[in-house]
Amino acid sequence: MSDIHPGAPDHVPPLVRVGRFLKDNPVIPLIAFLFLLIGILELMRPGIISPFWAGNLIKFAIPLAMLAAAQVLTMLTGGIDLSVGIVATCAAFVTATLTPLMGPVPAMLIAMGVGALVGIVNGFGVGIARVHPLIMTLGTGLIATGCLQVYQRFVIATGSDIPAILEWLGTGRTAGLPNGIFLFVPFAVFVLWLMRFTGFGRLLFALGSNENAAKLSGVRSWQVHMALYVLSGLIASLTGLLYLGMIRAPSLSLAVPLMLPSVAAAVIGGTSIFGGRGSFAGAIVGALILRVIDTMLTLARMPEGARIALFGLIILLVTALYVRFTETR
Amino acid sequence: MSFVQRNAWTLGLIVLLVVLLGVTRLIQPSFGVSGLESLARASLPFAFATAAMAVVVIVGGIDLSVASMMAVCSVTAAVLMETMGGVPAILISLAVGALMGLINGTLVVITRVPDIVVTLAMLFVWQGTALLILETPGGTATPWMRGAITGSVLITGLPSALVVVAVAVAAVWIPVKRSKLGLAIYATGSDEMAAFRSGVAVGPTRAAAYAIAGLFSGFGGLSLLALTGVGEPVPGPYLLAAVASVVLGGVILGGGVGGLLGPIVAVFILRIIRTILTLAAVDPNVTTIVEGTIMVGVVMFGAFLVLRSRRQAA
Repeated sequence: MSDIHPGAPDHVPPLVRVGRFLKDNPVIPLIAFLFLLIGILELMRPGIISPFWAGNLIKFAIPLAMLAAAQVLTMLTGGIDLSVGIVATCAAFVTATLTPLMGPVPAMLIAMGVGALVGIVNGFGVGIARVHPLIMTLGTGLIATGCLQVYQRFVIATGSDIPAILEWLGTGRTAGLPNGIFLFVPFAVFVLWLMRFTGFGRLLFALGSNENAAKLSGVRSWQVHMALYVLSGLIASLTGLLYLGMIRAPSLSLAVPLMLPSVAAAVIGGTSIFGGRGSFAGAIVGALILRVIDTMLTLARMPEGARIALFGLIILLVTALYVRFTETR
Repeated sequence: MSFVQRNAWTLGLIVLLVVLLGVTRLIQPSFGVSGLESLARASLPFAFATAAMAVVVIVGGIDLSVASMMAVCSVTAAVLMETMGGVPAILISLAVGALMGLINGTLVVITRVPDIVVTLAMLFVWQGTALLILETPGGTATPWMRGAITGSVLITGLPSALVVVAVAVAAVWIPVKRSKLGLAIYATGSDEMAAFRSGVAVGPTRAAAYAIAGLFSGFGGLSLLALTGVGEPVPGPYLLAAVASVVLGGVILGGGVGGLLGPIVAVFILRIIRTILTLAAVDPNVTTIVEGTIMVGVVMFGAFLVLRSRRQAA
């Protein structure tokens, strides 16, 4: 074979070679970018970088990274889950209001059940009724919002209480690191394992790369979609529980502002919105990057409008550079 | 195919709208001209947001920044109207809308980032821009703007807000649809590769479709200003509603199919369902549930119809 293109590798221009390397290892440039941002932050406000600050950064990146996991998994099949924000909020609200009535454990189980239920509806719509995931999850998000508002009417008098374990997870620190890490590390290992070493993960990649080919190879796509969206709902509920412990004030829009950033974190992390390519490690770095950008913009004391606008521009810039470098979509 | 077959979905929607109007009349016998007028008025911003979204969906994309662009246009007009007359302020705001849409479209084309991601990022950009122009609700609206969408014109029972929507959308969309650009938009939406190989300038076509969407968002922002009398920098709940109406209106996500009439009829259907539920003394929160269910249900039903017709054809 080598005599057909003798010395072909020598003709690869360096930029293309860098591009190929980055394409194979998408996390490396992201981590470099993260440290570049942290360096700029240190220049802006010398002395800000401290173990405490790092702990805080990780603490607030965790819920974002968890929701981004739901986006990465659904995007692998070419889908998206826009109901995660409201599902997380529902889970948090249900837990907070049911804890005084029935104790923390049943309340948390019911909250997880809410996520699973929304996931089943999403899975039915996407997998069996073949509705576009964007529409389906928007719709279930709307329905869940309405249900939450009606539910709130019934429990308005019961008061709310936050399970001690969630408060410990959300606000406590062990050796400088937020306790949320005890939830997040096993979670991240599970997701990475699921994507890389299980048949289910392979099926997700297969469906996203070429759905018809996957079906012809005997994949029952509706079962995969069903399991996928239930998993996504469960992840969102879990995030809601953790976030409740962090914020300690249940509201009807608790985790909703995390929804669009979670999509952004997944996309910055190199997950293709068209399916077939994605990495959760990248999404974790993406979540950290978003949080650092947030801090930078807050420190710069700009008017709120400029901050929001710059946030959007930076997301666009990062993804555009990423696409340019790796020539992927 | 006959006219009826080609427009079956839209005609069905119109029939549904008439039936729903009848139901409203049954529930509330006093529902008459003034009810119709306020219904049309409340639907205005939704209708323009939906028209904007529909154009982009037809070309095969999606624009998540519609509501933010509306906010920018609304505050621009509100600020301008403090110092200058209504007409130049409106024209400038519309130009700003079209420019924002063009920027969106150009970014989608040149960065090659998926449109959903670009417009997601631009959602933040335009939202921030609106806050920069006007930090808190303020500014002013020319008095005749409010007059233009209140009451009836020509004959009683024809709400002027409805006429405003019809004239604005028709004035922009009909010339576009009849032109080469319209053909290019539909071609690009149904099969980008085929369109490219047939000599359609795919990139400029997509950018133009986003610009038209921006222009409609401009109208939407102006109608918001006319409704409330102040410029509101925080985007309203128009994004989800617009996607829902577009899908209800028979425009298929992925592009190439549908028009603007269906989605706008769908806007009125969704609004009148809200009115009916309010008249029936249903909890307004339940209304949100019903809306979501209708949206999902109709889409499933549509998918079912497509499947069945394919089976019959096969």
